[in-house]
Amino acid sequence: MKLELRGITKKFGDFTANDSIDLVVEPGTVHALLGENGAGKSTLMNVLFGLYDADGGDILLDDEPTVFAGPGDAMAAGIGMVHQHFMLVPVFTVAESVMLGHEEVTGPAKLLDLGAARAKVKEISDRFGFHIDPDAVIEDLSVGAQQRVEIIKALSRDAEVLILDEPTAVLTPQETDELLEIIGQLRDTGTAVVLITHKLREVKAIADQITVIRRGKVVGTAEPTASQEELASLMVGRDVSMTVSKEPAQPGEPMLVVDGLSVVDPATSLKHLDRVSFEVRAGEILAVAGVQGNGQTELAEAILGIVPSAEGAVTLDGRRLTGSSIREALDAGIGFVPEDRTEDGVVADFTITNNLILDLYDKAPYSKAGAIDTAFAAKNAEEQVERFDVRTTSTQALAGSLSGGNQQKVVLARELARDLKLLIASQPTRGLDVGSIEFVHKRIIEERDNGAAVLIVSSELDEVYALADRIAVMYHGRIVDIVPPDTDRDTLGLMMAGAHEEEAA
Amino acid sequence: MSATTVDTATPDAAASGDVLKTKSWKGPIGLGVVALISLLIFGFGTPSGSDTTFVVATSSDFVHLPTLTLPSKIAAIVLSVIALALAGYSAYLANQYRKPGLWLPIVYGMAVMGALLSWAGAGRDNTSIQITGLLTSSLFLAVPLIFGALAGTLCERSGIVNIAIEGQLLAGAFFAALMASMVGNAYVGLIAAPLAGALVGAVLAIFATKYWVNQIVVGVVLNMLVIGLTSFFFSTVMSDNPDLNRSLGLAALPIPLLSSIPIIGPVLFDQNLLVYTMYVVVIVFQIMLFKSRWGLRVRAVGEHPKAADTVGIKVNRTRVRNTILGGAIAGLGGAFFTVASGLAFGKEMTAGKGYIALAAMILGRWSPRGALAAALLFGFADALRVQLGIIGSDIPSQFLAMFPYLATIFAVAGLVGHSRPPAAEGIPYKK
Repeated sequence: MKLELRGITKKFGDFTANDSIDLVVEPGTVHALLGENGAGKSTLMNVLFGLYDADGGDILLDDEPTVFAGPGDAMAAGIGMVHQHFMLVPVFTVAESVMLGHEEVTGPAKLLDLGAARAKVKEISDRFGFHIDPDAVIEDLSVGAQQRVEIIKALSRDAEVLILDEPTAVLTPQETDELLEIIGQLRDTGTAVVLITHKLREVKAIADQITVIRRGKVVGTAEPTASQEELASLMVGRDVSMTVSKEPAQPGEPMLVVDGLSVVDPATSLKHLDRVSFEVRAGEILAVAGVQGNGQTELAEAILGIVPSAEGAVTLDGRRLTGSSIREALDAGIGFVPEDRTEDGVVADFTITNNLILDLYDKAPYSKAGAIDTAFAAKNAEEQVERFDVRTTSTQALAGSLSGGNQQKVVLARELARDLKLLIASQPTRGLDVGSIEFVHKRIIEERDNGAAVLIVSSELDEVYALADRIAVMYHGRIVDIVPPDTDRDTLGLMMAGAHEEEAA
Repeated sequence: MSATTVDTATPDAAASGDVLKTKSWKGPIGLGVVALISLLIFGFGTPSGSDTTFVVATSSDFVHLPTLTLPSKIAAIVLSVIALALAGYSAYLANQYRKPGLWLPIVYGMAVMGALLSWAGAGRDNTSIQITGLLTSSLFLAVPLIFGALAGTLCERSGIVNIAIEGQLLAGAFFAALMASMVGNAYVGLIAAPLAGALVGAVLAIFATKYWVNQIVVGVVLNMLVIGLTSFFFSTVMSDNPDLNRSLGLAALPIPLLSSIPIIGPVLFDQNLLVYTMYVVVIVFQIMLFKSRWGLRVRAVGEHPKAADTVGIKVNRTRVRNTILGGAIAGLGGAFFTVASGLAFGKEMTAGKGYIALAAMILGRWSPRGALAAALLFGFADALRVQLGIIGSDIPSQFLAMFPYLATIFAVAGLVGHSRPPAAEGIPYKK
């Protein structure tokens, strides 16, 4: 089925998320929709899928204008979507998840025909070699398997157009390769595939056509033969360097020593972190790689003391931190860039000025006689905004009004304002545009060169390679191995799935 | 190792995840402590040489079972030791990361209750423990709790927190009494009660889904509103016209043959229409919720509304319908207090049963079957209080009155096991 979008416009208040976008997807092709986070790709697809009403424009299927009142209509018309955040009920089985919304019933009491649903899952699963058990419960499946359930869901409704929204964000490199293979198979059976992504590597690997979106507008199309630099500059709107240069590390004494640290979930008594031990030396960057949800978040938070550790010890520069308060840990010289900057990094309803002194407001020179020295805080804000290139109209602007990249710069500016012995940064560039990524990486490397120990948690391998002096790979709450930064992508990928280095290599 | 052997597609991730699981000792410790207390107080605290008489027969029985007279002390000790052994067995299972089956808590509970009754009935030669009567009143007292817990389950499974069960019960009780009195037929109350409850449910649904008001706040306010309104009409219209608030009762309808089975017969099959309706409602919703298209969609809406929306299920419509349906069921439960008990309406006569029903819903893990079991447990606690009062137990009546509520706190605090509410309950669905 041929899909055509003509002049799609979608506004949220004053903000135009999609500005008369045109797009044609032919059957049996993979069309990549390339753009940075916030460029309007997902909005466009949600319009197409009937989740949002468009403010203008037409959707044509096989040249017939179509109107979708809701996702039900879109699915009935043969459009399937695999959302970035999976639309699966965690406590349902695979068969239940796949049948939901178009259930077959059987018998006089019209009860669910689970047998038919199971058979359907099995048939599609076998056709593509998915190895999905129809009776498995969703929350027990790996992220990659859940994604395949989503694809089965779309195919079970005979989708002829399949939209994949940032499908590789949560996958290991091997799972990514497998997914690209599946996409290829679907294309060969005549499905029109729309691949939404900001990852250039994947676009080049699988796409037949590329449409680039920036700030809600189509800014150009490209052939898959275009170079990564060409695609990146089209995406960002200016030339960007894809790598940040850094000197070799000059590691000193061990600064952070983590010994047998465990974190237990109080509700389920599952171990998020299972006796993790490692050290980070002064002047080196240890990057923790791994698929999201393998204990990296808990590791970063347990070192600072945000989540209590069940056993083990954390030592910073010879001083035991275990059992001390978060305030004591910060005063000992830890800088912390949280994973979710909007929720945990800034107070959205505070000004930039106040956000910059959240950790220092009660210390001289920010505080005088028990009150905040507002003049000094304002001066500090001006300097930091200048130094960190925070794009804002005023230091009195609310942090919530800033873009993600600028919020992250505010967080970094605040955390790096103190003399740090250890910088912990979780997903420091998630959702940032290519230009901001470059800036953040430079600052982190600077901090290392100033002699701080740096612990990076990242699920983006590109970022791990850009920053790491050593790479620790986490899987199921344990550190699988710590390897040098020249370890190749495939080996890391296998380690992220639990294999040890010698097995993976 | 090749790529295929660490294929993350296979659900091996789940299997290795279990290895990280820690042992949970909460259950075994709780069971052990209670069994020890039972042994010390009921076992060794009973004077030697006294007997306890248990009566299990009623006059209408098919077969007459003999009256059971046991030496109190020995019976209490033996039963406590059985309970202690079961606690030990559950500790053994916990050590192997296993969970006991449903039979264990049931047998355990019977053992401890038996010990309690042996102790309480010791040496009272002219009174005996009426087992059948105890069970009958347990079931009867559980009826409003079952309807209430079922109402809560239906609402929360769709994602709406229904704190207004108390108000729905009270509205049902009031309206049942009013309509039955006006028409002069108690059965009319069974039609009127769900209408009143549904109305309260509809108000909750509108505020929760259309105006996104905090559902707990709306629920509490509705409870207050219903108390205020019913009290007002009770002390004005009803007290001025006693004909509008008569004591009409539903007759017991013994089912032939079934009602003559010893113990079970009089307990289960010699009840009124409301109780029989309860059986049907529990069974129907147990099947519907977990085996029907409607149930699958309701559960999806309560767990992950966006996922339901993306497959074309109308989230808020489902929630409104379920909340009204839940309200109707709670309202029907309210008929228990007036027409099913043969009483006239009284001010605030539900006395917090709606909140206990919420506890039964949680203890029953949001399933009709579980709600039934939990409500029966609470009903039993209530009936035990009455029974012990009759035989003149040494336990102060205030403590007995506290018992169901203490049981509730322990149950809700999760002593019985970790329970997991529908993930999206209480969160308004906004597009």
